[in-house]
Amino acid sequence: MYTAAVFLPLLGAVIAGLFGARQFGGIIGERLSQIAATGLLFLSAILGCIILFQFASTTNPQPATIHVFTWIASGELRISWALRYDTLSAVMVFVVTFCSAFIHLYSVGYMHGDPGVARFFAYLSLFTFSMLMLVTADNFVQMFFGWEGVGLCSYFLIGHYYDRDSANAAAIKAFVVNRVGDYGFALGIFAVFMIFGSLDFGTVLPAAQGLVGKKIAFAGVMVDGQYALTIACILLFIGAMGKSAQFLLHTWLPDAMEGPTPVSALIHAATMVTAGVFMVCRLSPMFEYAPDALALVTIIGAITCFFAATIGLVQNDIKRVIAYSTCSQLGYMFFAAGVSAYPAAIFHLMTHAFFKALLFLGSGAVIHGMHHEQDMRRMGGLWRKMKGVAVVMWIGSFALAGIPFFAGYYSKDVILESAFGAESNLGYFAFWMGIAAALMTAFYSWRLLFMTFHVPFRGDPHTYEHIEKTPWTMMVPLVVLAAGAVAAGYLGYKSFVGEGWQNFWGSSIRIAAEHKALEQAHQSPIWVALLPAVVGAIGIALAWYAYMTSSRLPERLASQHGPLYKFLLNKWYFDELYDALFVRPAFWIGRLLWRGGDGKVIDGLGPDGVAATTIKAARRVAALQTGYVYHYAFAILVGVVVFVSLELFGVLRMLR
Amino acid sequence: MWEIGLGHYLTVAAILFTIGIFGIFLNRKNVIVILMSIELMLLAVNINLVAFSWALKDLVGQIFAMFVLTVAAAEAAIGLAILVVYFRNRGSIAVEDINVMKG
Repeated sequence: MYTAAVFLPLLGAVIAGLFGARQFGGIIGERLSQIAATGLLFLSAILGCIILFQFASTTNPQPATIHVFTWIASGELRISWALRYDTLSAVMVFVVTFCSAFIHLYSVGYMHGDPGVARFFAYLSLFTFSMLMLVTADNFVQMFFGWEGVGLCSYFLIGHYYDRDSANAAAIKAFVVNRVGDYGFALGIFAVFMIFGSLDFGTVLPAAQGLVGKKIAFAGVMVDGQYALTIACILLFIGAMGKSAQFLLHTWLPDAMEGPTPVSALIHAATMVTAGVFMVCRLSPMFEYAPDALALVTIIGAITCFFAATIGLVQNDIKRVIAYSTCSQLGYMFFAAGVSAYPAAIFHLMTHAFFKALLFLGSGAVIHGMHHEQDMRRMGGLWRKMKGVAVVMWIGSFALAGIPFFAGYYSKDVILESAFGAESNLGYFAFWMGIAAALMTAFYSWRLLFMTFHVPFRGDPHTYEHIEKTPWTMMVPLVVLAAGAVAAGYLGYKSFVGEGWQNFWGSSIRIAAEHKALEQAHQSPIWVALLPAVVGAIGIALAWYAYMTSSRLPERLASQHGPLYKFLLNKWYFDELYDALFVRPAFWIGRLLWRGGDGKVIDGLGPDGVAATTIKAARRVAALQTGYVYHYAFAILVGVVVFVSLELFGVLRMLR
Repeated sequence: MWEIGLGHYLTVAAILFTIGIFGIFLNRKNVIVILMSIELMLLAVNINLVAFSWALKDLVGQIFAMFVLTVAAAEAAIGLAILVVYFRNRGSIAVEDINVMKG
């Protein structure tokens, strides 16, 4: 059962990819490959549910390892291909398979009529498989395999509309920016191997504590064990930053909106971006003993959650608003992990998966209905046309904004309380950043709702008349996910982050005794517990005042604070900055090496040069062949004269 | 008056031979001249053969000269035949136009 849950999506991908895709002849047709991929994923989701239930129902569950085969055996390095199941993996497997299954179902409706449907489903399933590989990994290398797998599949999926330039560019950008993070991750793996001499989680994680206060040889010098551990953790965290689109490496995430909407939902809700959070939590025994690395995680997380929220305020593309909200919510997860509240981070990851998938799929339904219009300024009044979608979007936004008794409320609250409960300056910093972000989150969520569903319609009246109905394949996932967005928080709160969280998580998450953020969270002052919900309500009220009354506040603010507005609208100018700092120099160097190095030196002197010289010489020799008989006769005669002369003057005799 | 000796004959032959060679190279007009020049060179060789035959009192040289004449006649016949065919095909026998051997 453990193995099947992971490998069924791969089977689905193979069936849809090899037998369904047009590129391979499309033996079984699109319909059948859709059914195969979706059906197998639902099967795996059911298994995921059962596995999670098993782990949740046992107290202090022990990890189970399923050895599949030995992968690498080279000298000291022994890496086997194995599935490691503990509570953390079980939660992730459940979240990934569950969301992915409904996204598959949704895609059946959304991608209807697309020529690349089978290919799309193959990649979707492959993506899910990679993510499952990542979360069930037993060692760093296997995790890296899954890590790269999701990166690769995100490239395929973002570039699904490969005839569009912008989609190709976005796919390449996602891949390259991820590569920066992956480089850090790879270096981190090397560092881990240098420190521990092993890459198995089973060996490395328990050994981390023993490094404190010990001198070890690291990269040829004797250093403090904790110092080496910190370096490894920071490198690994850089990998997590890339995958989870944290501040500085976040630029790929909004551009990833070029892919079809189900892809955005899959990338943003259950897979890929959560990989970084998962990795930090999985390696909690290491991070716990690297306080400086944890501080970095907190800072980056807090900055991201604030910074992405500010950008979300002014974006006009419906999917981009949600994309920045994902970025912001990931910031929450990271600073939760940074203050050692790993269960809270995973809890938010789970609830977020539900409501973010819901929001994305809901916005996908809107885009589908509006015939691929994504600009919110050309929407409005859709409430009348698609009541069901509007309701689920409201539920999703309630959950996102942390309004009491929706899923996000429980998880966001516990994160903020933990940050406050950490009783450190960084904790307070993260707390206030989180509160500010919560205010903005509520504001932009309702800005989205109002602009899409409630203000008078501002687009082409013809489009409004012909808004497409949402098919049942799209509506069912929305309803299920909406149920999740309502109930996941309440259901999970007690076991995930309640007083007895150790019983639920078992040995999969380790928090050092001196880090008390999560315990303190339950004793935080009443105002700390209420503040997120209050600022959420204020944010909603502000959005109502700004967009639903005739105050024209947004226009006035935008014109009064022109530079600030521009700054936010252009996403803090990160794309421009990176363009100038990295992209242009890279192009310049590339062109230099291409034109100068390759063109002039290698081609000039190498193959092309030799060829050119030969041709030139051949032309000259060929010129001797005039074709006139008397020229040949002349050559014969000269030859005769020369040889006769040689004979006469005795040269030939001398040679003999 | 001096006695005509072997040297004189050989000189005449050499002069004829050289004229033949120059006939080939300096000729820019037509192929018939080339054929005639070749004929001239063969005759120069014949004079050599006959002269040596007389000087060395050996008849083999003269017999060989007869053979050379026969071969030259045959060669001239074939050459002219080719020429006629060539003219039919190309409409010209100017040396400048005959360069199909060019690579």
